[in-house]
Amino acid sequence: MSPGFRLLLSVIPFALLGGCSSNWQSALQAHGGPAISLKQLIILIVAICSVVWALVMVAMIHALWRRRQAWRAPMELIPRRERRMGVIVTGCVGATAVIIAGFTVASFLTTRTISVPGKDDLTIRIRGLQWWWGVEYLGPDPARRFETANEIHIPVQRNVRLVLEGDDVIHSFWVPSLAGKQDLIPGRINEIIVRAEHPGTYRGQCAEFCGLQHAHMGIVVIADTPEDFAKWVDAQRAPAAQASDEAVAAGRDTFMGKPCAGCHTIRGTQAAGTTGPDLTHVGGRAFIAAGLLATTQGSLAAWIADPQTLKPGNNMPLVPLTPDELRAVSAYLASLK
Amino acid sequence: MTETIARAQILDTALERPRLTSQLAQTWKTESGLWGALATVDHKIIGRRYITTAFVFLALGGVLAILMRLQLASPEARVIGPDRYNQIFTMHGANMMFLFAVPVMEAMGVYLVPLMLGTRNIAFPRLNAFSYWIFLAGGLVLWISFALDMGPDVGWFAYVPLSGPQYAPGKRADIWAQMITFTEVAALAVAVEIVVTVFKQRAPGMSLDRIPLFVWAMLVTSFVVIMAMPAIMIASTSLILDRLIGTHFYNPAEGGDVLLWQHLFWFFGHPEVYIIFLPAVGMVSTMVATFSRRPVFGYLALVMALIATGILAFGLWVHHMFTTGLPRLGESFFTASSMAIAVPAGIQIFCWIATLWDGRPVFKTPLLFVIGFIVTFVMGGLTGVMVASVPFDTQVHDTYFVVAHFHYVLIGGAVFPLLGAVYYWFPKFTGRMMSERLGRWAFWLIFIGFHCTFFPMHVLGLEGMPRRIYTYQPDLPWHGLNLFVSASAAVLAAGFIVFFIDVFVSARSGNPAGDNPWDAPTLEWATSSPPPAYNFAHIPVVGSANPLWEQQGSLDVANGLHTDRREIVITTLTTAEPQARESSPQNSIWPLFAAIATSIMLVWSIFSPWAVVWGSIPVAITLVGWFWPKGTPEDEA
Repeated sequence: MSPGFRLLLSVIPFALLGGCSSNWQSALQAHGGPAISLKQLIILIVAICSVVWALVMVAMIHALWRRRQAWRAPMELIPRRERRMGVIVTGCVGATAVIIAGFTVASFLTTRTISVPGKDDLTIRIRGLQWWWGVEYLGPDPARRFETANEIHIPVQRNVRLVLEGDDVIHSFWVPSLAGKQDLIPGRINEIIVRAEHPGTYRGQCAEFCGLQHAHMGIVVIADTPEDFAKWVDAQRAPAAQASDEAVAAGRDTFMGKPCAGCHTIRGTQAAGTTGPDLTHVGGRAFIAAGLLATTQGSLAAWIADPQTLKPGNNMPLVPLTPDELRAVSAYLASLK
Repeated sequence: MTETIARAQILDTALERPRLTSQLAQTWKTESGLWGALATVDHKIIGRRYITTAFVFLALGGVLAILMRLQLASPEARVIGPDRYNQIFTMHGANMMFLFAVPVMEAMGVYLVPLMLGTRNIAFPRLNAFSYWIFLAGGLVLWISFALDMGPDVGWFAYVPLSGPQYAPGKRADIWAQMITFTEVAALAVAVEIVVTVFKQRAPGMSLDRIPLFVWAMLVTSFVVIMAMPAIMIASTSLILDRLIGTHFYNPAEGGDVLLWQHLFWFFGHPEVYIIFLPAVGMVSTMVATFSRRPVFGYLALVMALIATGILAFGLWVHHMFTTGLPRLGESFFTASSMAIAVPAGIQIFCWIATLWDGRPVFKTPLLFVIGFIVTFVMGGLTGVMVASVPFDTQVHDTYFVVAHFHYVLIGGAVFPLLGAVYYWFPKFTGRMMSERLGRWAFWLIFIGFHCTFFPMHVLGLEGMPRRIYTYQPDLPWHGLNLFVSASAAVLAAGFIVFFIDVFVSARSGNPAGDNPWDAPTLEWATSSPPPAYNFAHIPVVGSANPLWEQQGSLDVANGLHTDRREIVITTLTTAEPQARESSPQNSIWPLFAAIATSIMLVWSIFSPWAVVWGSIPVAITLVGWFWPKGTPEDEA
């Protein structure tokens, strides 16, 4: 049994227990302005359609049962009855037209409600990549910008504008509890407003088929109180934490000496690769590998030891490490709060 | 003098009934043996072949569906890896759309339209043979490449850039694109044949308002095919060009556009749904009339609804792109047009219910499937209205809600009527009845299995489960429903197995059917079951929309056709007055050779652009053989 596999086994219970509530990725558990409006529209349309369906069924069942009988010769048509049925059918078609006209207006009004941005919008740039999310907090002051990955923090009760860009293939950003989805398309820039009414963790995942690991391209949105959000922003802007003990320092040296640093950035060190996610504060994020595993030293070690078993086909290569190196690197990454 | 007598001898007016039929049988026959089978241009033999092949693809696609349900039954299952899973769901979609649904509907038309119109063969019968061979080749290319682990893995929609040269190395995406070419050529050929058959070969007296509704549906479908297919041909060809010779149609870095693909694909892809659905509607109208024991209510309204659906089909494609960030006003327009399709759909549903209401419904298996269709399709139509709303769609697009929706409209809206149609027309195809007892078992298993499989998917979608994922994490609350769905899929599969058993058993030992076992009103029942090679000993003359009911079995006939060569009656477009005698081509092996040459060229062109140059030479040679005058009476007429 390889050390990586043993570590993987130790991680599985974590994965099973991970996550917050059981309904943290659902259009029916709406926790943000746009999602709440959408849920109201969904309930309205589904309710009316259910009534329509039930009425059609009642009519059909009645039609079938009122005169069912054994085989008989084809019947003659009675012009007066035909005319009367014509009037009824025309009436039903008219009712159909009225209902769908109503739905069209309701849709239009909902779209208008959810796409009005506030004035003080916070803007975050999201890049979709195979199979993770690049996140960049934009602001008027370039010095206050910073990058992270796979996890977004937003202040509660504020409209947040997400600027969506596809870097390789098409992806789709969807956190159903906060808003509808919007695609990230190479060569185009899309926008979407998200908003959370209460602090909490909301999960989403890529909704447009994007290749082998489309299934494991999760994103987490954490809604903070304004104070917590400001604290989190300051922490994120800071460079990576210094090594606190010897094991961590050894891990840092291994990271810098191995191919890791060629793909990942850790601000404040010489690691400045841009192929993989920014790891400056990876230890502080709730999940690694785009929502795949809860962040612990164990899960980090399992991921580094065997990324292709945990997420087959992803772009992280297996970098051969001794068990000591693996322990040190995972300790180092876990320390990057 | 002797010449006139000899000439008169071979007209059908000069022959007694037994000699007439034996001479017609001789003229129209398919030679026995392999060569005869390969060279036949009989629309009934080709139609039966087409239908059978399409059902084989249905069974194969069903196996793929079961494999996916095994993988999705539990979180992070390792039954199938992501690479194979992506191939499987791509194959399932492409197979069901291009190798089952469209071909089977066109094949029903190939078999039934000439019979319902009272003619002896479809127009361009050699093209018809060619169409089947090309379809078969396309299906084989797709399935053989899947067996070789080279199956396409980019989704049946093959969105760029994922299917482009950078992100889809290897030949998988090319195989998808070329399979499209095969099936589109086959579909276009049949569409052209049906349009010409309906326009020019109707029985004398069958004016536009007497055309059976199934034929109307096939006519509208054929026009939709002719107008929709060029868009996907352009799309798949330009994708191959991007991949093979480095053009940049879809490369944003070089001025190409990723969304152009989606516009082209869905400009075809949405009408595609109606290409499948409209023939099913025609089948329902036919069966509702027969089993209600009265002509269908609202013939004119139903015809108008078919045409309106066919036209509206081209104004909806953007509703597949509501999350791509198109301008809001444009999206609202497409919301309105997508919702508007509910009007013709509603007209049809209400007319059928009115027919049942006023009629005396008889609960044979075909009617059960029609009822299952109404229950299911109305639901699918209503969820269609839901996804037509832009804001609603932003929550359910690309989720299992949409998977549920389109299985409700495709299985509920097209496969249920198709299965009913098989029970209905099986006696005509084979001369034997299918079993009512097995039919009921098949219906209830399929109906219950279907709803238990697909209804929970609506909920899964709203609970945030995206489509096209090969697995899901255990911390997401989807396990229970997915397990239930997978178990229900087994019930659905069992229903189909019962259906196939019924088909096999009945084909061998079903009760003899007689000419018109359902006492149905349309012309295909005016000849024997199965029909002779020449379809009708005399071309019938029609005086009403339901000739076998209103003319009480005593149809007038048209005389004066040659019996020593294949002749059909050409009639005028609107009133179907006899216009001319026209010869109908004899059997020929050349369509098969042409199809083989075309297939070689198309497969070769996956690997080298020069295939189009060198590969076209054998195609040209086979076409010369195909059209070479052979001095037969047909050629001289």
